[in-house]
Amino acid sequence: MADKSELKYTAEHEWVLVEGDIATVGITAYAADKLGDVVYVDLPAVGSDLANGTVVGEIESTKSVGELFAPIDGTVVEANDAVVSEPGTVNSDPFGAGWLIKIQFTELPSLLSFDEYTALTGE
Amino acid sequence: MTNHPVTDRRSPLHDIHVAGGASFTDFAGWQMPVSYGSDLAEHHAVRSAAGIFDISHMAEILVSGPDAGAFLDFALAGKLSAVAEGQAKYSLLLHENGGIIDDLVAYRLGDEVYLVVANAGNRFAVVGALKARSNSFTVTVDDQSDDLSLIAVQGPASRSILEATSSLTDFGQPLSELKYYWSTDASFAGVPVLIGRTGYTGEDGFELYIQADAAARLWRALTESGAPLGLVPAGLASRDTLRLEAGMPLYGHELSLHTFPVQAGLGRVVALKKEGDFVGRGAIEVGPAGDVPVLIGLQLEGRRAGRADYAVFDGDRRVGVVTSGALSPTLGYPIAMAFVEPGSAESSELSIDIRGTKVAASVVPLPFYKREA
Repeated sequence: MADKSELKYTAEHEWVLVEGDIATVGITAYAADKLGDVVYVDLPAVGSDLANGTVVGEIESTKSVGELFAPIDGTVVEANDAVVSEPGTVNSDPFGAGWLIKIQFTELPSLLSFDEYTALTGE
Repeated sequence: MTNHPVTDRRSPLHDIHVAGGASFTDFAGWQMPVSYGSDLAEHHAVRSAAGIFDISHMAEILVSGPDAGAFLDFALAGKLSAVAEGQAKYSLLLHENGGIIDDLVAYRLGDEVYLVVANAGNRFAVVGALKARSNSFTVTVDDQSDDLSLIAVQGPASRSILEATSSLTDFGQPLSELKYYWSTDASFAGVPVLIGRTGYTGEDGFELYIQADAAARLWRALTESGAPLGLVPAGLASRDTLRLEAGMPLYGHELSLHTFPVQAGLGRVVALKKEGDFVGRGAIEVGPAGDVPVLIGLQLEGRRAGRADYAVFDGDRRVGVVTSGALSPTLGYPIAMAFVEPGSAESSELSIDIRGTKVAASVVPLPFYKREA
């Protein structure tokens, strides 16, 4: 599991782990908790080109549907199939095994720091 | 008649829920627990052992007086005067146009005493309608919602849990003999409690009415004696998936002022054979137009749920709308209730538009889930 204070965040309650030109993306524990038990995850296919801010997937719980937004321009290089087959991983380990996609990017947009994100959620 | 602009009411059990890690949702102006961590685990616990729900937001209205039975025969769709003392009945409060103001349960507590339990969001509409209809009857309509709390224990282990709660005593009738939709009085550490064998989950279970200032103690006693038997606190999220599997309507989804009972499969709840007039009879006897939508159950392919307000298609034609839907935790596939044009109620070409994708849906009988007898 990544160190939460080292991650970047979005106002859409996603976290981004930047390693070189690869960004790993998941949803935060706060978002997972708000959604409730996740029962279905739909992720973009490997090779998809994503545009920052667009809806690229869905995270569905028993009671509601959350959208996955691309936090960055880039190309999907890996999608977490384990989460698609075991959607509850998003709840049990949102910052670890519950990661969703890895995106190869060229330019990093402005993202929230840990402090900025926790100020946003008030938790 | 106005609904009071109450937005942040808290149950007498609120602090217990906070301590139990609950997340909360606004429900009819109340801050109620939506789950205590995992709504799926809570759902499964109710199907396999038991769950305890705080439903103190529900409205309790005491109707008493020499005319109580006759009054409710006039005010409600069912024949409440024919209900035996100790028995409960599911009924409807109809508008004179035949639509539904609320669905409710009436417990007959005595010869001249009934407890009417209504949905929180309809509390003032129900109290107002009952009072307005009571003019020519010798009856008192007393809204006790602020003084009473309601705790539901639901699931196959429910009876064992209540029986293991030593502070529950003085049962008017042993729970082993209490039939479904009957109630008994009892005592909780000296405080009177009404126990109905009723619920909203499709499982065996009980609902316990108690004065609000004793509710926290009762909750603790039940959770303490129930924990070894698998009892877990359960929130409104699991309550919703449980009732959906059981095919039970939720006011505002399957039922409304613009829905005739027969459309929602509740024609049997309206006692057209009872003597005398009742509010809504005229409109019900004329009936809705022949082409009004009817409620059906749908089973979907895949894992994605068709949710409330999603469109239902018959081939390429839009024929209705989903009222409730979820991936059924018990069954493992998505289920939905929907209102569709009567001509499509048995169609094999139905689909639900799930955010732009049509997903095939098969008509299945309600309820989706029925417990083994």
